[in-house]
Amino acid sequence: MEAPVTGSRINGRHFRAAGFDFASFFFTGLTGLATMLILAILAVILLNILVNGWQGLSWRFVSTIPRKDFFDPDTTGVLPMIIGTTTRVLVMTLFVIPVGVITAIYLGEYASGTALSTRIIRGAINNLAGVPSIVFGLFGLGFFINFVGKNLDAMLNTSGPTWGQPALLWASLTLAVMTLPVAIVATEESLRAIPPGLREASLALGATKLETILRIVLPQALPGIMTCAILAVSRAAGEVAPILFTGVAYYMASLPKSLADQFMDLGYHVYVLSTQSPNIEQTRPILYATVLVLLLLTFALNLVAILIRAHVRKKLRALH
Amino acid sequence: MNDSSKAEATEAVGWSRIQRGHRARPLEWIAEKIIFIVSHSAILMVFLIFFFVAREAFPILLGSMDSALVQKVIPASELDQLSPEQLRSYLGLTERQYAEMDRETLRTLMQVKEEEAAEISAEHRQDKDARVNTTGWRYLVLPYQWSGYDQPRFIWQPVGQIHKYNIIPLLVGTLKTTGVGLLFAVPLAVGAALYVSQLARPRVREVAKPAIELLSGIPSVVVGFFALLVMATVLQSVFGYETRLNAFVAGTALGFAVIPIVFSISEDALTSVPRSYTQAALALGSSKWHAAWQIVLPAALPGVFAAVVLGFGRAVGETMIVLMVCSASVMSWNIFDSARSITTTIAAEMAEAVSGGHHYRILFLLGALLFAVTFLSNMVAELIVSRFKLRLEGKR
Repeated sequence: MEAPVTGSRINGRHFRAAGFDFASFFFTGLTGLATMLILAILAVILLNILVNGWQGLSWRFVSTIPRKDFFDPDTTGVLPMIIGTTTRVLVMTLFVIPVGVITAIYLGEYASGTALSTRIIRGAINNLAGVPSIVFGLFGLGFFINFVGKNLDAMLNTSGPTWGQPALLWASLTLAVMTLPVAIVATEESLRAIPPGLREASLALGATKLETILRIVLPQALPGIMTCAILAVSRAAGEVAPILFTGVAYYMASLPKSLADQFMDLGYHVYVLSTQSPNIEQTRPILYATVLVLLLLTFALNLVAILIRAHVRKKLRALH
Repeated sequence: MNDSSKAEATEAVGWSRIQRGHRARPLEWIAEKIIFIVSHSAILMVFLIFFFVAREAFPILLGSMDSALVQKVIPASELDQLSPEQLRSYLGLTERQYAEMDRETLRTLMQVKEEEAAEISAEHRQDKDARVNTTGWRYLVLPYQWSGYDQPRFIWQPVGQIHKYNIIPLLVGTLKTTGVGLLFAVPLAVGAALYVSQLARPRVREVAKPAIELLSGIPSVVVGFFALLVMATVLQSVFGYETRLNAFVAGTALGFAVIPIVFSISEDALTSVPRSYTQAALALGSSKWHAAWQIVLPAALPGVFAAVVLGFGRAVGETMIVLMVCSASVMSWNIFDSARSITTTIAAEMAEAVSGGHHYRILFLLGALLFAVTFLSNMVAELIVSRFKLRLEGKR
């Protein structure tokens, strides 16, 4: 293993480097190359989409409701898809954030770390995070539509299926179940970052535990909860598999009006455009533009949340 | 020393040694009970997922579904000779549906069934396969010699007069794409994790780590789109195989989705190896690489293995990439042939399956299988990681 001493290559950072260690040099370079390759893949994907998608992007494109044939580059638009994706993600947030935050409060503030029940909850969260997205789709179909929806219809005596069919609400709920682990883990992290001294001080002044959590811990954790919303939203915005059977529509002439309506979705639209186009060369520009809109929307949702977080942080700092 | 103070800090963040100052007020007691109940929703969800996916697949396992083309027909005139139970199961109605129907509707339904049976062509009537219930487990997993074939084969062909539901081609397709994906992703991701956590300068680390994790933020439908439009063409011109869209392209694209998860978990494992290990190795004259390769990596090996297991779970469950890149179900181990994975099959065929029919239930069975596989791989990974943590803390 010992490399011959060459003298000219002395590297002062290692004791051993009086000699040139070829193996170290080679393998460090190799792992460095692996890192570079991954970064290169990321850069190629993003640049390819940015360069090709930029031309097809126009105000008309993002503000038009397309006619039945949305493969025509001159008349198509993605307004209903943008609205559909945004709505389903926002409705999802309404469900997932309260449940996620409450679970995180329990795990972080009440539960003992070693108790069996806590370990089971954590195991369930980890498992939920690993369930394939298509299985969530099946679950949404089997539980929300075929079980909850059908029974709701029977109870309300609706004429024809209203809730017992794919709908915006069911898609959002399915996504909420899917992003629950993300929300819980992120919130817990932010609770952990709050110094224990704050809690102790509050208790010492005579506050109860719940008062301390509601008045001291939660306001401090608000920026962290915003982050957890960001993570959940960006995970959900691009997911297509869970909504395939639970609410997405191939084409709708109008925008969804209620939670019982179906909706069009950006991610699903990317799938439709790239696999069912009669002429792929002709649809290529609008396909790239749609992908770019999807990526931009994800980043824009992120940006809004980041701005809110910065604002909240500033306010909190003023409080101190 | 550093570690023990860290462990203490994480414990003290909770309320471990603090007793409640006041007795909780009644309203607070209720609120705390609600928090306690809601926090168990994750357990409830895992249970519900398993229950409701399995519920739809259950009739297949019980053998109560019959997908044979030619079935026993009872003439409509014999309506009165059947008991309500027999009639209900013959027409495939639920109890509620049955209760809502009057005699006339039942008779019409029976006539419809009779007419349907009469419409089957003589050619199919002769066929021995037409009498086979293809949802039996034998037909699901073993090769079978269908009429028109010269030897027993594994065939997935759910649409048509005779439904062929052999799931082996789908398993092979899943293994093919997953295998290629892991072979591509694991060396890259683990190598990058080793570099970023042990060898790189801090400034490089600060840029590279979030950038690689950004890769996980790209929606899988976008990765699939990129693979379909760009990678498929590039890879074909490099390797020169015949089928443009095949398991190799799908697997490579799957790798893109697997890299971030394997990277971030193995990077975590490598970073959590105490710094003193490396320092001791360096002090004994080892180079940075040797310390990373022979000291840190073996210590973190369980964590890295867990990362690979979780990456496997992710690759098996990934839908959109494989759905967009290849779809034909061919029974072949060649990675340059097309492949159809389990997830793809569910996503592509659910729309055309009749709700409550045998095709629909078979797809749910595949979903339950998928759930079981990922559940198992998650459990294994979690077990490994928790043991690994205990060992690093010196408790075992």
